[in-house]
Formats: sequence, structure tokens, C-alpha cells
Amino acid sequence: MLLLDRHGPREDIWERAEYICQAETNHILAPFGAIVSSDAITDDMKLGALLEPDRAVEDVTPFFDRLDLIVIHFPSAANGRGFSTARQLRQAGYKGRLRAFGPLISDQFPQALACGFDEVEIIGAAAARQPVEHWMEALKRISVFYQRDYGSEDSIPDRRAALAGAVDA
Amino acid sequence: MYRYDQFDERLVRERVAQFASQVERRIAGALTEEEFLPLRLKNGLYLQLHSYMLRIAVPYGSLRARQLRQLARIADEYDRGYGHFTTRTNLQFHWAKLKDVPTVLGLLADVEMHCIQTSGNCVRNVTADHFAGVAYDEIEDPRPVAELIRQWSSLHPEFEWLGRKFKIAVAGAAHDRAVIKSHDLGVRIVRDGKTGEAGYEILVGGGLGRTPMAGQTLREFLPREDLLAYIEAALRVYNLDGRRDNKFKARIKILVHETGIEAFRAEVEKEFARIDKTKANGDPAELARIAAYFTSPPYESLPEVSRKLEEAQAKDVELSRFVEHNLFRHKRKGYTALTISLKPIGGTPGDISSDQMRAVADLAEQYSFDELRVSHAQNLILPYVRLDDVPEIFARLKAHDLATPNVGLITDIISCPGLDYCALATARSIPVAQALSNRFADPAKQAEIGEISIKISGCINACGHHHIGNIGILGLEKKGAESYQITIGGDPGDDYALGELLGPGLPAEKVPEAVERVVAVYLAERQSGETFIETYRRLGLAPFKSAFKEIADVAA
Repeated sequence: MLLLDRHGPREDIWERAEYICQAETNHILAPFGAIVSSDAITDDMKLGALLEPDRAVEDVTPFFDRLDLIVIHFPSAANGRGFSTARQLRQAGYKGRLRAFGPLISDQFPQALACGFDEVEIIGAAAARQPVEHWMEALKRISVFYQRDYGSEDSIPDRRAALAGAVDA
Repeated sequence: MYRYDQFDERLVRERVAQFASQVERRIAGALTEEEFLPLRLKNGLYLQLHSYMLRIAVPYGSLRARQLRQLARIADEYDRGYGHFTTRTNLQFHWAKLKDVPTVLGLLADVEMHCIQTSGNCVRNVTADHFAGVAYDEIEDPRPVAELIRQWSSLHPEFEWLGRKFKIAVAGAAHDRAVIKSHDLGVRIVRDGKTGEAGYEILVGGGLGRTPMAGQTLREFLPREDLLAYIEAALRVYNLDGRRDNKFKARIKILVHETGIEAFRAEVEKEFARIDKTKANGDPAELARIAAYFTSPPYESLPEVSRKLEEAQAKDVELSRFVEHNLFRHKRKGYTALTISLKPIGGTPGDISSDQMRAVADLAEQYSFDELRVSHAQNLILPYVRLDDVPEIFARLKAHDLATPNVGLITDIISCPGLDYCALATARSIPVAQALSNRFADPAKQAEIGEISIKISGCINACGHHHIGNIGILGLEKKGAESYQITIGGDPGDDYALGELLGPGLPAEKVPEAVERVVAVYLAERQSGETFIETYRRLGLAPFKSAFKEIADVAA
């Protein structure tokens, strides 16, 4: 298993549980459905939700304040549905941590961050084959991007506008 | 024409280095073949039957002389001395070697070209009307918008891993020459009836392939400033809701069809309402910056008619034929858009040798303000030609076997590479195109038949656009043999229509005869001034079907 954010590897503080009542710590990562239906939640618990693939963002919005982590599952590297789910969560105002979980490839790391994820969790063979350096190098490989609304203020159109402004001034 | 600035250049260079790293990681085993495949495809590299194929993007079909010369150099040094223009206005080299690919990508970057997103499940090369900027019936030049979309869709962090490929086309004239109804998303520049303000009609869900569908209107009128946010909304709904359980049902057309256009529109509008438009939309200054590259060249004031051309035509029947078929009405007096047919009699549609590339590059520089276009019909165009210069251009084209006077005629055949090259194909396309071309070689006969389109695909993926050919030919494999289904009545233009099947499949050798029979029905039944498609619309399928049946019965 490999857990990384833009600064490098991280320790996973979250305990995975199928049901809240099974948890032994107070950092509990459970399926969103289990959180919604549980009456074992106490105020001192930190909650992380694993979103099922068919879950609409509207279902989750009322729980934003209670969720410190949302984990979106990528069934394969080729299935980029989760990038749009992340965008919708951020657009709807979710401010907690967002994790992409699945057999991603290192070239997708910058894409995940741009779409609003904070971290990626890679499991199994994909984690074994791709060491930490690959993920960190992937962040530096493409230094410019055209899209204006993907997490950064220095998109190519913004930089062009700044250059034009500097010339005009 | 658009020129790269430092940012465009850096992005393309960094992408080349990124691909080199992906190849290295594949060789070292950090990436599996399954993981590497989509990365390779998004850099235009296919594995075909006999070798790799490299597909180079020609955004909205615009090329400069220097770029075509570089393609000629790559053809000579890294391929087999020729290239192939496709129906997506891209150029393919069919004999690429994997070890050369990073070098070739570097050579392309030297002339502001790339292979980014020419394949794979992402937004593909954006196409536009090949007469953009010069057509007499243009509302507005579609190229600035096409370039804006090209940039926005390049390396898009959210939309590089879609369920399936996504094709966008932009049209800006009264007549649709960009086949926008065959696209996943079509953008048509329109003027608001009341205010006269230019904006966009957005179409969605068109496509050919195994389930051909015509695009439907998603938004009647979209204000200009909202374009990128709206496309983002449509793509997000597709990325979230499109099917991924079956490759053949994964295009947006299936989602639109299964959801219904009303419900799909409601989803897109809901998403569009949520998007922060101040950020998502392009900066108007940015569209203006791009548009500045597409201003008119320094035209001369010329009389409407060229005496020089008229006199030359009077003396030369071949030139006269060329003028009749290969020139397109220009918005500027004394100028024309001249089509160079890549369909010589008996040739491979869309193929061009390196010598021919250099000859065309010279002509573009000397006579067409250094610019040329690729059309989805697999021909080249010199967009800014003085009528006075046509005789000289014709003579030079003739010397390079590029003066075939058949644009829009029966030998101007669109064809995919088929089973001669393609790993997906179920039958050969090129030999069928060649046989038809030879059968109808006589220029007088071609002129008599007049405007008609034949389009050939070697499998149901329909790269040869057979569904929208006036005569469409689809090559399939039936009990170990090639079998060709013929449809008629397809139309890519304003009266967009998918062709209807004439009958059972035929062996390749029967196809020319069958097409001849179909054409004979038209010649016998046409009323004065009617084209093939007009006669078909008046008569319906029946008379063509019965003529076809005679051939099919003998073949069975």
C-alpha cells in the first residue's frame, strides 16, 4: 500500500471498518451507507466515508461538515469517473480531505490533485511496481496547463493575461 | 494561422519527455502492457497489422508549408516515403518504428505539431469546416473557437480517462461542411435572431460506428462567453453517467439515446448552473488573442473574373475540367479555394508521397500565403489562390500527379486504410476504392454522373464514414471471406441522413458492377438538374433496390 499527497508519502491514520460499531479507534473509514444508517456515531469520532460508485453527490452534501475524509474508489486506472466525482464534491463545497483509492498509475497523480484530491492510495501490484519517486516525478513533468479552474491560479491563459497586462502597464 | 507561444511550445516539449518516460517505465516493468496501452494511444501510437502507426494531429486541418515539409522529411527518414490523410484531417504514418517515435515527436514539436490525443478515450483532434475563413457563406470563422477548444481539451486533468473517445467539430457557415451531426459534440456558430449577437448552437450524441446516430440539439443558443463551461458540463455528465460496462455502448450517443435528450439536457443544464463560470470560461481576451492569428491575409483588390484564366481554359480542356470541379467559391473577389485531389485514378485515397508534400508546400508558400488545409474528404486545399494563378498551379500539380479534376465526383472516394493496414478491419477497403476509381475513370462519364459521394469502411467502426456516403460500402467478414454491404442515400451535409441498405453483402469483385447499376438507375430516372441524392430522395429506395437485386441474385 502506498499513500501519498503532493509532499510525499503519508502514514494512514484511518481505521477501516465495515460498520461504525466495529471500530476500535476514533478515526473510522466506513462505507458512506454505513455512516448514514449508523446510530453508534459519537461526537469524538472522526469520520471518513468510502463512496460507492453509484452514489450521487447530492446524497453526500448534507454530511459534508461531519466528514473529515471522503474516499473515491477507482476500479481501474482507465476508469476516470472518480475525477468528475471529486470535482463535483469540491464544487458543492466539500472542504475535507479527498482521497483517490485504486490501482492508479503515477501519470494520473497530477490529474487527481488538479481535480481536487489531496491524496492517492495505491494498493496491490500497482503500488509495488511504482515507487514513490515515480509519483513525485510525475508532478514535475508537465509544468503548464490550459485549464483555468483546476486548482491553480497560474494556468496558461492566466499567465498570458498577466504578460499582456505587464506589457500594457 | 495560429502560432505557438512559449507556453504551447513548452507543453508539447514536456509531453514528448513524458512519453519517453512512459516508454522507459514500460520497458522497466513499472507499467504493465495494459497500463501502457492507453498512454501510447493518447500519443497517437497504434499497433497495426504489420507495424506501429503514428497519427499526427492536424488541428482543424490547418497546415503551413514548413510543417508539411517536416512531414515529408519524417516520411523519408522514418517511414516509407509517404503518409496518409484521414477523415479526421490527421496524417498517419503506417510504418513507424517504436524506437524512432520519441525522435519523430521531437521533430514534430520543432514545427509546432504533436500527436496528443489523436487516439484513446479522450477529447480527440478538433475539426472544422475546411473552407473556414474563406467560404462565401461563412457567418464567422470557426478556427479561433476550434483552437480555443483544442487548447482547453489538451491534457485536461478531468477528461483524459473517459468511457470512450470524444470528437468535437465546429462549423461557422450557412452550410455544414464539418459534418457536425456525426460528432459527439457539435458546435455551430449562429446569430441570435433578435440581437444579431453571435453565439453557439450545441449538438450532442452524433456518431457513426456500429450504432450510427444523428446529433441532436442540446442548446439552441449558447452565449459566446459560456462555451467552455458548457462543454465542461456536458463532458462531466458523460464522464459520470456514461456506460463503461460495454465498449460498444460507451459513446455519449448511447447515453443520450438511453436517457433521452430532454433528461440529458436537464442534467447538463443542472451541472452548468453549478459551475463557477468566471473561472471555467475562457477569458474573452484569450479568445481575442487567438482570433488575431486568423485575420485575413493581405489580399489584393482583383476583378471578379480572371481573363487570364478564361483564356487558358479556352485552350486547355483538362484545365477547364479542373476549374469546373476543384475550385470553391471564395468570399473575396478574384480569389478561389483550390482543392488538390488525393484521389488519382486507381490510387489509394488520402495517400501522399514525400515529393508531393514538398511540391504542395512550395505551392502553398508561393500562391496561398503559406497556408493549406486538409479536408475530411482526405484532400488538400490551397485556401487563398488568385484566379490568375490557377493555370500555373494546375501545371505544377499535373507534373506531380496531383491535378485529378474529380472533387465531389464519383472517383473522389473516401476510404479508411482497411485490412491492408488496420488491426481492427474485417475487410480491405483500398482495393475496392481502386477498382471503383478505375471503373469510373473516364472524366466525361464522371462529369455526366456529377456530384456523388462514395465512402468505404473496412469494418463497422466506420472510419470511412460509409453511413453518410451517397453510396456507402461496408466491408465485413462472412464465413472467412470479405463481404461488402452497400447502402445508399447517406448525406453528411445540411440534409444529414444515414444510408439505407440495398440488400445482402457482395464479394469485392461484384461491387463495381453493383455501383454501376445503382448509378444507371439515377442516370435513367433523373430530372433536369437533379443530383444523385436528389433523385434518390424523390424516388426512394425501391428502384435502386431492384436493380441491385439482379446483381445480388447472381452473386448468391
